[in-house]
Amino acid sequence: MTTQSIEDKVIAIVCEQLDVKRDDVSPSKTFTEDLGADSLAIVELVLAFEEAFAIKIPDAEVDSIKTVGNAIDYIKQHSGSAS
Amino acid sequence: MDKRRVVITGMGVLSPLGIGVADNWRRLCAGESGIGLITRFDTTDYPVKIAGEVRGFEPTQWIAKKEVRHMDTFIQYAIAGAAMAVADAGLDHSPPRDRDMFGVYVGAGLGGISTLESTIAALHAKGPRHGISPYFVPAIIVNLAAGQISIRHDARGPNLSHVSACSTGAHSIGEAFRTIERGDADVMIAGGTEATVTPLGVGGFCSSRALSTRNDEPTRASRPFSASRDGFVLSEGCGLLVLEELGHARARGATILAEIVGYGLTADAHHITMPSPGGEGAQRCMKMALRGAGLAPEQIGYINAHGTSTAADAIETQAIRAVFGAHAERLPVSSTKSMHGHLLGAAGGLEAAISVLALRHGILPPTINLDDPDPACDLDYVPHTARHVQCEYVMSNSFGFGGTNAALIFKRVEA
Repeated sequence: MTTQSIEDKVIAIVCEQLDVKRDDVSPSKTFTEDLGADSLAIVELVLAFEEAFAIKIPDAEVDSIKTVGNAIDYIKQHSGSAS
Repeated sequence: MDKRRVVITGMGVLSPLGIGVADNWRRLCAGESGIGLITRFDTTDYPVKIAGEVRGFEPTQWIAKKEVRHMDTFIQYAIAGAAMAVADAGLDHSPPRDRDMFGVYVGAGLGGISTLESTIAALHAKGPRHGISPYFVPAIIVNLAAGQISIRHDARGPNLSHVSACSTGAHSIGEAFRTIERGDADVMIAGGTEATVTPLGVGGFCSSRALSTRNDEPTRASRPFSASRDGFVLSEGCGLLVLEELGHARARGATILAEIVGYGLTADAHHITMPSPGGEGAQRCMKMALRGAGLAPEQIGYINAHGTSTAADAIETQAIRAVFGAHAERLPVSSTKSMHGHLLGAAGGLEAAISVLALRHGILPPTINLDDPDPACDLDYVPHTARHVQCEYVMSNSFGFGGTNAALIFKRVEA
């Protein structure tokens, strides 16, 4: 999967899960403050990323994924074999 | 100090007869049935293929799209019912004086079994990490109906979900009445909600042989008090009232629909599903409601019966005869379950709303499908067609598995 397609797919999942508009989502946006996710919504989002990219994001790593960009970077680094 | 009086100022209902009070009341007065073939799941392997489904419900009309999938249908119905009841009461424009005195008692008989079923299937297919949503628990637990309503309407007072099977809605309203009466709240949203037209819900009642199998005649399947009745028809929906302290309602200029004056609750202490002989527990329940209201039996002008279209209809008949004596000969009793089916935990809420409407409009909704009355059911059941009768007091009965009984009495208020 290309870098661009990962980014597009992450953003599509964010839009779907958090019911936000595409134009409101960019790498710098935080899930909680900017996009209105609560702790349960973040868990649900992480699980959606795991299913979409066939990866596992350990709970300990979830705390460091605060922005859309953090998620894109994490998935780029960890989904190399699962294209 | 005089007792605080409690009145009804708003109502919100969803049933197989429609969404909202107006559609329900119109169809009840017309003697129409809301029962049909089950569309929610494939009934091929089930002996029962009919139910009362709420039709045309669009959750996003009431709930943000992203939240809809985080709650079971019974909670969605409760949110819609509360929104309608609050609007009907005018609380949007003239809110409660004190948010700490604004409470919610909304229960359910079973809770989120549809979500439970789909989650168990996903758990088996995908395992616990991906099979179970982080929203699973708040999507299914019964008290999230009351919780969601409190969040949406900033109701910071008493908040409970009573669970008493088919008496849930009536108990919730009765307990809200007492809560306002004793001064712990000024305004309460109260009643029941249910959404169990699912494989497990229908299958469970099939297994206990409780449901009608009149699959070829869905609209004629719920036939309380008739000799050919063969079980109840499972339905779903929600019935909520806004109860309010009289002075608070007057100060806001609210329209007062009726006063609630009596509440009885008893246990049969007899059997898990069968009523006690002669409806002994139901008798004590109706007597308790009359005693609390300070009424003689002769003052009740109409009973909205529990009347489920099961063998228990004859026992409720015996209980009414025992409590009302000679007055039972002149006392109209109808089971509107003949039209909307059995909403389980929501039944008492919907039927309380119907009782209030009967007082307000001077119309008694009928018992339809009573073509062949059971000789053991020998009261005036207002057969087939609605009747114009202006009552001063009406009673609504609810009896549930576990032998738990509730009776409510409403009083007419001059319009």
